[in-house]
Amino acid sequence: MQFIQPDINIDFIGKRLIGFSLSGAFILISLLSLLLHGGPRYGIDFAGGTLIQIKFNVPTDSDAIKETLKPLGINGASIQQYGDVTDNEYLIRADMSYEKLEGLSEKVQQAFINAMSDSEESEQSSEDKTASISEEQTPTTQSSTDKEISENSETSKAPPVEVRRIEMVGPQVGKDLREKALLAMFFALLFITIYISGRFEFKWVISGVMAACLMGGVYFFKVLNVSMPFLIFLALILAMVLFWFLRLKYAMGAIAALIHDVMITVGIFSIFDKEFTLPIIAALLTIIGYSLNDTIIVFDRIRENSRKLHRFTFDQIINKSINETLSRTILTSLTTLVVVISLFLFGGGIIHDFAFAMIIGVLIGTYSSIFVASPILLLWR
Amino acid sequence: MKNISPRTIIILLVLFGSLLYVLPSFHIDVWPHKKINLGLDLQGGMHLVLEVEAEKAVESTIERMSNELRRELKTNHIKFLDLKRKGFQISLKVLEDKGIEKFDKLLDDEFPEFRIVTKSQKDNKLSIVLDLPDSDVSEIKLKAAEQALETIRNRIDEFGVSEPDIRRQGERRILIQLPGVKDPRRAKELIGKTALLEFKLVDDKNSVEDATKGKVPSGMEILYQVVENRQTHRLSKTPFLVEKRTTLTGEYLTDARVNIDSQYNEPYVSIKFNKKGARLFERITETNVQRRLAIVLDQKIHSAPVIQERISGGEARITGSFTHEEAHDLAIVLRAGALPAPVHILEERTVGPSLGKDSIRMGLLSMLIGAILVIVFMIIYYKTAGVIADVALGLNIILIGAGLAGFQATLTLPGIAGIILTIGMAVDANVLIFERIREELRVGKSPLAAIDAGYSKATLTILDANVTTLIAAIVLFQFGTGPVKGFAVTLSLGVLASLFTALIVSRQIFDSILVNRQVRSLSI
Repeated sequence: MQFIQPDINIDFIGKRLIGFSLSGAFILISLLSLLLHGGPRYGIDFAGGTLIQIKFNVPTDSDAIKETLKPLGINGASIQQYGDVTDNEYLIRADMSYEKLEGLSEKVQQAFINAMSDSEESEQSSEDKTASISEEQTPTTQSSTDKEISENSETSKAPPVEVRRIEMVGPQVGKDLREKALLAMFFALLFITIYISGRFEFKWVISGVMAACLMGGVYFFKVLNVSMPFLIFLALILAMVLFWFLRLKYAMGAIAALIHDVMITVGIFSIFDKEFTLPIIAALLTIIGYSLNDTIIVFDRIRENSRKLHRFTFDQIINKSINETLSRTILTSLTTLVVVISLFLFGGGIIHDFAFAMIIGVLIGTYSSIFVASPILLLWR
Repeated sequence: MKNISPRTIIILLVLFGSLLYVLPSFHIDVWPHKKINLGLDLQGGMHLVLEVEAEKAVESTIERMSNELRRELKTNHIKFLDLKRKGFQISLKVLEDKGIEKFDKLLDDEFPEFRIVTKSQKDNKLSIVLDLPDSDVSEIKLKAAEQALETIRNRIDEFGVSEPDIRRQGERRILIQLPGVKDPRRAKELIGKTALLEFKLVDDKNSVEDATKGKVPSGMEILYQVVENRQTHRLSKTPFLVEKRTTLTGEYLTDARVNIDSQYNEPYVSIKFNKKGARLFERITETNVQRRLAIVLDQKIHSAPVIQERISGGEARITGSFTHEEAHDLAIVLRAGALPAPVHILEERTVGPSLGKDSIRMGLLSMLIGAILVIVFMIIYYKTAGVIADVALGLNIILIGAGLAGFQATLTLPGIAGIILTIGMAVDANVLIFERIREELRVGKSPLAAIDAGYSKATLTILDANVTTLIAAIVLFQFGTGPVKGFAVTLSLGVLASLFTALIVSRQIFDSILVNRQVRSLSI
């Protein structure tokens, strides 16, 4: 069986302007969306806050949940249905506007147990319910009332609510994680630069020195408390300029493609208003790895063909190489897509966004290795 | 089986070894007994990051030193004014020339650790500000973090959690992982409680009412006793006027146990002092008969019994309407000792066991579906060669499992995602090789030559492509926390395993097929 015929010859290089303008448009849309949304929407990993995943035995709706939460002063909490409607599972998310986050998760759990057991015992109206909770839940009473009731609920057969997951991240930790994630991406890019420049152009030393200088610079300014996103942005632009003057062609092609992939993935996340969490950073780094995989396989062919085919122009060599590897590119994208889609459909809620990011990443990574990374090699003519 | 090459032996050894490592995870107990560790997100449990408020430890050290200084000044009859601590500094004024002379000597002899911040003399009045040198301050902070870690470890050990992971993170953060903990709230309270036990005398000369209105006599403070009504869950707060000075603290304790009061059938905690503590306790009770002694835990009064007579032997009991659980936990924290400084929670992630089970089930399901689709696809597209790739893929998954068990790495949900991703990418190496082989066949080479050329040409490409993925994975591992680290581990293992399976195993299978039978055409 064969999808791509061996003698295929598509003029990718001739159409590179179309590719560039398409990519440009995508990046522009991504940036616009990011601007309109005021930057990426950080999940609690990076913004700090509390997330509670709660499962009810009986059908509930988000209004009832809101009502129960009100006495705790959690008015701005977002409540989101999780999984199937029949699961009666919800995500409650509160941001950092609360003075004291410690103990919040228990308060919420307790409020629900109270509310649910109240409704079991008597047919009180929901207003009465919440009123009685608000009297009990003064901050000082909290820790001691909790204990008593949770013991009671243990004795009754099935608890009406189950808190399945609690995540609380303090604002300082959120900021630390954000910086760490940015640094991780940046460092990954630099190490990859060294490897590519070394393997493809034997410029181990010059790329190594360049990467070391950039890392040193970032660390130096980090000590001076310069804002990290700004710093990384500047460092990336500086890196591109250095690539240009040091004529690190392959590194520039690969890194430009990677930045392209990450930016568009981030943009699409922003358009769909999805959250950035730690697993999404893992997804972005995997996309970097995957897209690079693709790019390097094409580059490898270019390197091999330029040794062999002296009569061809560089455009022709690049085009020939892309065509020769096209079959493999499509096949691998296909198998990877198959598993990632299976993960997306059957992997469950926690991994859902991760799989979504991977689907976008695989598609864009495949595209960029053909239309972004390789044509950039021609810029030095 | 005439010609078994060394490569075949290596492959079989690796296969056998990895099976040994994988099997225990499926409840088949064989030799290495190493199971794959499940992360907190898969087995349920609690992940906490605490920060030690080390400044508080410095403050209390300096407070204690200022009390010592006060005592020394009094015993040496040096007249002084306004001795107080502000932040990390102690300021005071010393009067009279003779006093200043004696003070200077005292400072040199008894308090050499103090650093003089400012010193000014006007007439015969010396104003001086003291603090501790920076190196001492940072050492106190460091010790506070170390001691907090040790104390928390003791508490958790006594609480009984299997395989807790407690370690320092950075200068003053403590990372705690408690897999499978049943009552996260209780565990959190046990860990976070400062548990500073103090005995303070109740002031019986001034009225509490005046004090609550704002007229607190000097050297006194108001503390509250909080009692909860079991039926209504209402709390009643009773103010007490107590001396600021602490007569005795929990540092002299040797033991704390839960006992049941036979009269009221209520649990209480009996404590035992060491020799020095017992002597102090005896002296306090002796000189303060008929006064009330407040037992204060973390600035809250538990009880304030009247001292009936001198108590020797160094035993006391802490009552207060405890549940059995509370009394048990209090005994644990008293035995383990107080935290040198308060801690607060920076990060908490708690996953219930049912969610973990769901995650495993769904993760495995999507892995199975993804794998089956890829396997079927490879067979359809590459026929016999596809089967070879599938064999390599199966071995690949076993190798990852063995790697996880062997290195005792932790499998997390993103880790499962990493394995699934590896399934997709592992066939990539084989696809590269097969496409090369097809190219060579098209040129007209014989099957054997085509395979040879295909492998040799694809090897470098595969190495380059995988090394870069490995770079990304290693950076992830360095910077990541918890789940992300788990992902990096499986991704790295997956990359290494797929290098082995694609370049060595599938090659060997091809070779043995071709050498043993004279194949004319290749099913690829």
